[in-house]
Amino acid sequence: MSDTFFTAPPHWQWLVILYFFFGGLAGGSYLIAVLADFFGDASDRGLARLGYYVALPAVGIGGLLLIGDLTRPERFWHMLVMSERGWPILKYWSPMSVGSWGLLAFGGLAFLSFLGALAESGRAPAALSVLRHGPLARLIAGLGGLGAFFLAGYTGVLLAVTNRPVWSDTPLLGFLFLVSANSIAAAALILLGRWQGVGSSSMARLARMDRWLIVLELLALIAFVLSLGPVARVWVLLLGVVLAGLVAPLALHWRPDLLGSLTAPAAAVLVVVGGFMLRVVIVLAAEAV
Amino acid sequence: MPEPMGFFTDTTVCIGCKACEVACKEWNQLPSTDGGANTLSGHSYDNTRQLDGIHWRHVKFVEQFAADREGGRWLMMSDVCKHCVQAGCLEVCPTGAIIRTEFDTVVIQSNVCNGCRDCIAACPFGVIGTNPVSGTAQKCTLCYDRMQVGLTPACAKACPTESIKFGPIASLRRTARARVERLQGQGRTRAYLYGDDETILGGLNSFYLLEDRPEVYGLPAAPKLPSRNLVPGSLWSGLGALLVGLVGLVSFRQRRMEENGATGGEGRRNV
Repeated sequence: MSDTFFTAPPHWQWLVILYFFFGGLAGGSYLIAVLADFFGDASDRGLARLGYYVALPAVGIGGLLLIGDLTRPERFWHMLVMSERGWPILKYWSPMSVGSWGLLAFGGLAFLSFLGALAESGRAPAALSVLRHGPLARLIAGLGGLGAFFLAGYTGVLLAVTNRPVWSDTPLLGFLFLVSANSIAAAALILLGRWQGVGSSSMARLARMDRWLIVLELLALIAFVLSLGPVARVWVLLLGVVLAGLVAPLALHWRPDLLGSLTAPAAAVLVVVGGFMLRVVIVLAAEAV
Repeated sequence: MPEPMGFFTDTTVCIGCKACEVACKEWNQLPSTDGGANTLSGHSYDNTRQLDGIHWRHVKFVEQFAADREGGRWLMMSDVCKHCVQAGCLEVCPTGAIIRTEFDTVVIQSNVCNGCRDCIAACPFGVIGTNPVSGTAQKCTLCYDRMQVGLTPACAKACPTESIKFGPIASLRRTARARVERLQGQGRTRAYLYGDDETILGGLNSFYLLEDRPEVYGLPAAPKLPSRNLVPGSLWSGLGALLVGLVGLVSFRQRRMEENGATGGEGRRNV
């Protein structure tokens, strides 16, 4: 019998699942914005702005969800400061400790990029465009991009660094969550981009990126199940995620005229919902054992 | 510096009276389940069911009976936090609420804990739970308050058969090994010690004398530290970041190159 079966569930449920979703969306959106800024051209700037607009509220909501999940929410700051001594606390070997600092740092950078995006579109004082153009903006985007990678993936590592069934039976959860987070974000930006009037060439590249990410996620999910060993039977629970959240959108990408003009948005909705369901299944599967 | 202190629980003399549970609840002022509603487990004479935030001692009843009730046996074991030398809960706690004391025991400071519950998922033995009164994660403190004034923990004090022995780890280990030898000599050849040396999490400061496989008592055979997954998990995530970055780079780069091609290599327009 697996040694992980003798442990107790932490009752991380809907608030944590929603945090995993919004944290992934925030990290992924920011990262796509940075990629568009660094590797795209001027026509991609609208897409980059959209990514920054999504990242800040998503990370804000994520932070609030996490605080709400504490059984003593008024003590949330104990994550960062030793309550008795007033010194900062950082345990680099505890993903939750590192994650708290990562969330704070990423939130700050996402805020600066958000202001820069507002300034670029004329909705904030022009002086703030130093946050969007020039060396300072590049520094913020570079650091924020690293933070975005971290935010998208550390939640999977956090689950692995426990003794719970499924979560701690594999080292691949961080990998899976990271890929899935970026896939969710690409799909969300495809949906919002249509509504926000992002250029059609940016949208095409975004769709291509998501296509590759879905394939990568499918491979990651297969590797994840194979690495589970004695608890690999969890694949049954993931079947819905695979079919509705990965295979169906891939089919829609492959046959772009299957549903007429609704094909692209339908694929994107499936990817977003599938990414959410992936987190539901992974978090609750351990609770059910 | 005081020497490491702990429990040695000899399950062969436990009679399942649960005096330790009661003494623990009284001394530590732990609340009753569901406000005192009398609910039975329905599948066992044991109605405590588990260790958690309001049950820091739990006398397990392992009831092994044949379907026809012909043969059978009771195994009883007073379970408690193992105060591991390498403690998973202490490792992951982000607030520093979980500390190692001068007695080499592991204590959760209730005034610091903010209820993130990472320690509950990290404990290899499922010992920790949330106390609904304090809203914090709680478990056995090995009566830290009593130890600081030289008193024996409440459970060991109350135990009528000395199944729970309290003392310095070194002397408890000597007692325990002598006891195993005596039992073996009496023909009880299955007797062995669980957690009395460094092989399990660097040593358990609450260790046991058992007469069956650990799983039979609800104990993991080879408990591990949560941090075993930290480096592999991070490296795999790093690989994921690399792949996602590459996908992004190719998706946006390709466009730039196409455009460069389309404008006859004169470079991008809207720079």
